[in-house]
Amino acid sequence: MELLANLAIGIDAAVTFQNLFYCLGGVLLGTLIGVLPGLGPVATIAMLLPATFALPPLSALIMLAGIYYGAQYGGSTTAILINLPGESSSVVTALDGYQMARQGRAGAALSTAALGSFFAGTVATLLLAVFAPPLAEMALKFGPAEYFSLMVLGLVASVALANGSLLKAIGMIVLGLLLGLVGSDVNSGTPRFTFDMPDLADGINFVALAMGMFGLGEIIKNLEDEKNRDVMVKKVTGLWLTWDDFKLIWKPVLRGTGLGSILGILPGGGAILSSFAAYSLEKKLSKTPERFGKGAIEGVAAPESANNAGAQTSFIPMLTLGIPSNPVMALMAGAMIIQGIQPGPLVMTEQPTLFWGIIVSMWIGNFFLIILNLPLIGLWVRLLTVPYHLMFPAILVFCGIGVYSVNNTNFDVFMMAGFGVAGYIFSKLECEPAPLLLGFILGPMMEENLRRAMTLSRGDAMVFIERPISATMLLLAALAMIVVLSPAVRKKREEAFQEE
Amino acid sequence: MAVSVRHPKDFISGLIFIGLGFGFFLIAQDYKMGTATRMGPAYLPTILATLLMLIGLGLVVRALFRDGDRVTGVAWKQTLLILIGTVMFGILVRNAGLVAALLAYVSITAMASIYFHWRATALLAAGMTIFCVIIFIYALGLPIPMIGPWFGA
Repeated sequence: MELLANLAIGIDAAVTFQNLFYCLGGVLLGTLIGVLPGLGPVATIAMLLPATFALPPLSALIMLAGIYYGAQYGGSTTAILINLPGESSSVVTALDGYQMARQGRAGAALSTAALGSFFAGTVATLLLAVFAPPLAEMALKFGPAEYFSLMVLGLVASVALANGSLLKAIGMIVLGLLLGLVGSDVNSGTPRFTFDMPDLADGINFVALAMGMFGLGEIIKNLEDEKNRDVMVKKVTGLWLTWDDFKLIWKPVLRGTGLGSILGILPGGGAILSSFAAYSLEKKLSKTPERFGKGAIEGVAAPESANNAGAQTSFIPMLTLGIPSNPVMALMAGAMIIQGIQPGPLVMTEQPTLFWGIIVSMWIGNFFLIILNLPLIGLWVRLLTVPYHLMFPAILVFCGIGVYSVNNTNFDVFMMAGFGVAGYIFSKLECEPAPLLLGFILGPMMEENLRRAMTLSRGDAMVFIERPISATMLLLAALAMIVVLSPAVRKKREEAFQEE
Repeated sequence: MAVSVRHPKDFISGLIFIGLGFGFFLIAQDYKMGTATRMGPAYLPTILATLLMLIGLGLVVRALFRDGDRVTGVAWKQTLLILIGTVMFGILVRNAGLVAALLAYVSITAMASIYFHWRATALLAAGMTIFCVIIFIYALGLPIPMIGPWFGA
């Protein structure tokens, strides 16, 4: 069994004292910061990214992955306890989770979220281990034309699956692509859009961009209506689920896991879409749909399983194709590049310990989450009661030191400040920052592949539709666009995202 | 026929996209265009910048025919304080050292809250500074000066 042999490599690599320590540290730190209201996984990872620079690559990535699930779990905790989802994928969790908390069943809701996430994480990790090798093998046969078309498909899909205005999302992607091209041109060495500033020669620092847009921007938004944040946290009791609860949740957990695993692979907001879809599915299938929104335990189980499964399987395109499918994966890809590893199909064959080590550590991280977080819930609850006006300056300080220490230059701090203001303005205009970050990461890769494909075909753009795989992907992208633009789907889509 | 902006958020977004697209387009014209076979540094930026302007135009035109909410409750004061605080931090951390930079950063940004109180802020600033000096300078050994060149270090 090749799978077992591969997993054995991974266990060898991940189960060392050092890596277990960083996995645990990542999960703890991630939860700690994710629990703070208004900070989602993207901001958390961007903030803690510099802390991993000094580590060896495997430990750094294990820690970052741990931060990711930790932050996501922390986000669900705030969604349930104080109706403040830390990120968009736990918006639906807040619907029934917060109602359960108000009925004194916060403990049961938290346990359901934890158990559902753990189950989904386990299944999705296995799926990742099974499907990653064949996909990576296929990706090795890809030429520049296929890569380019795949990225187009990814960007189109991310627009189709995002909420809000399509046209604005496309605009944000194009703007992100342009920002990604700032810096020296790889082929000619010409500095582009640098205004003769040497600090921009290597391009815009993506930590500054991500932290500004997602960290600072979010903080300003949270400060907007400070009065309306009620932080009334009751004591959490009754973590154990009853037998009746189990009977209610096992099917939603299974369905959520399945749905999340499939949707997570798609480029675009994997975790977000899967949680919304899982919630609507349960509501449709339920014999008592009127209970939803009033504290139905299925309404917590399904989306929580789905978003964790989606979070896990979204690693598949990043690890096998080198194409990040959402902002979190974009950050992970960025972290790999900083560590000197080019994400892509070669990672698995050239660095099997790294690849399988990460996969095994994902399961370990999920395991740590469940054994740590249920006992530690009292601590997280106490953290929630720290007033925001004391918290946000501390968060800013960590962002500031973090972004400064990436390159030891204060230019990046100024960039972060600028992107923070830009992020806030865009959020006021309802322009989502996520597509911009995705475009930013993909910009240089797209240009590179476009150039190579066109050079190989001697300037003939037909190459993209003459090669079957490339043509299929462009066709899928076109279909996705047509489907999303068709009036009927458009209406449905608006309804689906309005469920919050 | 009177034309009025019915969707301010789309309208402003459109103007921003047009402006930025135009800027990228103009600057890109200084670079070599190249051909489709050998794309120069200006090739893709020119295409993308044109696309961005077209999207912006689409938004602006659409905003005249579709209704939407106005932009309300912009937190000018908070935005300005966070911007000033972060820029101050950036200037001070290099020249005056981490201690001065953190004290300034916390004090300036804390004023953005409606619950601002000088005594709590002073305590927070002092506490964060001590904590960060211990963690980042002593424990992690980041190359940030505690006291910077402005104070003769």
